[in-house]
Amino acid sequence: MTTTTTDRSRAEKRPAGAGPSGGAAAGLERTERRLRRNTGVKLVGVLAALLLAFVVQGIARNSALEWRVVGSYLFSGPILDGVLRTLLITVTSIAIAVVLGVLLANMRLSRNRVLQAVNAVYVWFFRSIPLLVLLIIAYNFSLLYAHLSLGLPFGPSFVTFTTAHVVTALTAAIITFGLQQAAYTSEVVRAAIMSVSRGQVEAAETLGVTYWGAMRRIVLPQAARIALPPVANETINLCKSTSLVAFISVPDLLYSVQEVYAANFKVLPLLVVATIWYMAIVSVMSAAQWWLERSMRRTRRTTRIALAPEVVE
Amino acid sequence: MSAPAPPVLEAWRVSKRFGSEYAVRGVSLTVDAGTAVCILGPSGSGKTTFIRCLNHLEEPDEGYVFVDGEPLGYRRTGDVFAQVRRRELPRQRRRIGMVFQQFNLFDHMTALENVMEAPVKVLRRPRSEVRASAGALLERVGLADRADHYPRELSGGQQQRVAIARALAMEPRLLLCDEPTSALDPEMVHEVLQVLASLVAEGMTMVTVTHEVGFAREVAQRFVFMEGGEVVEEGDARDLTTSGVSEERTRSFLAKVL
Repeated sequence: MTTTTTDRSRAEKRPAGAGPSGGAAAGLERTERRLRRNTGVKLVGVLAALLLAFVVQGIARNSALEWRVVGSYLFSGPILDGVLRTLLITVTSIAIAVVLGVLLANMRLSRNRVLQAVNAVYVWFFRSIPLLVLLIIAYNFSLLYAHLSLGLPFGPSFVTFTTAHVVTALTAAIITFGLQQAAYTSEVVRAAIMSVSRGQVEAAETLGVTYWGAMRRIVLPQAARIALPPVANETINLCKSTSLVAFISVPDLLYSVQEVYAANFKVLPLLVVATIWYMAIVSVMSAAQWWLERSMRRTRRTTRIALAPEVVE
Repeated sequence: MSAPAPPVLEAWRVSKRFGSEYAVRGVSLTVDAGTAVCILGPSGSGKTTFIRCLNHLEEPDEGYVFVDGEPLGYRRTGDVFAQVRRRELPRQRRRIGMVFQQFNLFDHMTALENVMEAPVKVLRRPRSEVRASAGALLERVGLADRADHYPRELSGGQQQRVAIARALAMEPRLLLCDEPTSALDPEMVHEVLQVLASLVAEGMTMVTVTHEVGFAREVAQRFVFMEGGEVVEEGDARDLTTSGVSEERTRSFLAKVL
């Protein structure tokens, strides 16, 4: 209390109207501002650039990599087939994962306890099993069920298939990646849906929109913007995880490369071929993510802003 | 001799509990066509919960809400009110427009798209026709030149006026406004109240929860004062002065806000 009183009395003693020229502000017109020169930052930058150059030239000039071999296989038939198959598995799996993920997220968010429980068990199950283990189980699915049939539960069946004919290595891979990824994606979608404010749904409801109508037109378009970065992350991750299919002899990019080096022993150059392709695919995906994020940004075109200048009342 | 048309809105002994606590207890309200009613009351008096019960955003635990004589969410056969299927509710809600405190415009749609959404997707009216009438509605709220703007590019007052246009696009029988100016900067309150006043002048039936006593007095026909989830006093909106009201609790509330 005493200090406050002293401060106030001192402030009152200051001549009225002295303004900025009084106290610490006296004579500031003559001063000069000196900003720090960030020499340290620049020095670290130069060192990092040198290090990078050293590493790059070390790779480029390593004779064991046989860049000519790399070049001759980069666009060869079997390799390109492998690239296409890797893309096929990735794109189909993530499509399954997103559709199933949206359904699972809605189950979790529903008021029905049974649906919530089904979602919880699903997510728990598929997140608990290593991808490779799941992949091998799916590949050997015919050992579990020799025949698959379409029909009524506990009732008659209409069509029956031999499992081994339907579940090829490729379909086993797609189903495995799709189902497991759906468990992860559903959590991302759930978080994104929850981040859309409750008021958006209420506004839709008062306009006579149904639950699924509001989900499709109002909630999911807004949730998509939020879910896009993590889903893109998962797509990239999945793309590289698909190399596990080499274990069940699906001729993807990695498997095709292994086939070639098993015959000609050019192990490292061919792994470089695979690396280059994986990097290319991921680069394209990153670009697609950047483009999608930009197109989802909801503002008018700049030309329109020029036509209608902003007047905020 | 034909029976007189039922009131546009009739709430009968509506109660809403959260847990064991009553937010609204036995509130009844009748609103005839072309009448504007303002609900006043201190915060926590249950007025927002009550107005949300009127279109079943909160489902009343007891009591019924009738719109044009039809019970909301139920089908009446004699003395039995049978709950209708969940998907019947959206159809009934089309007749009740709502304006929220936080506007709740669809953030991913332009002002025009916000207004067009329900007539196109719910009523399935042709897009070109809806575009014309939505444009006219934006003009009516004074925002024809903001049709292509996204909500985040509009001021609060402009957003609320778009929200009013969006509610009007469904040609509702009744407009519910839940504190329509409470989230606005003071200089924007006027533009929104002006739009609402013009709607009342044109004969729109309206229930508004508001703290703007001046607006209630000049624009509404009737007022309802709520406290503790119950109606304390009901009367002619012109009597909304400390000397005009009859209940002590209403008077002390008015003394604080006027």
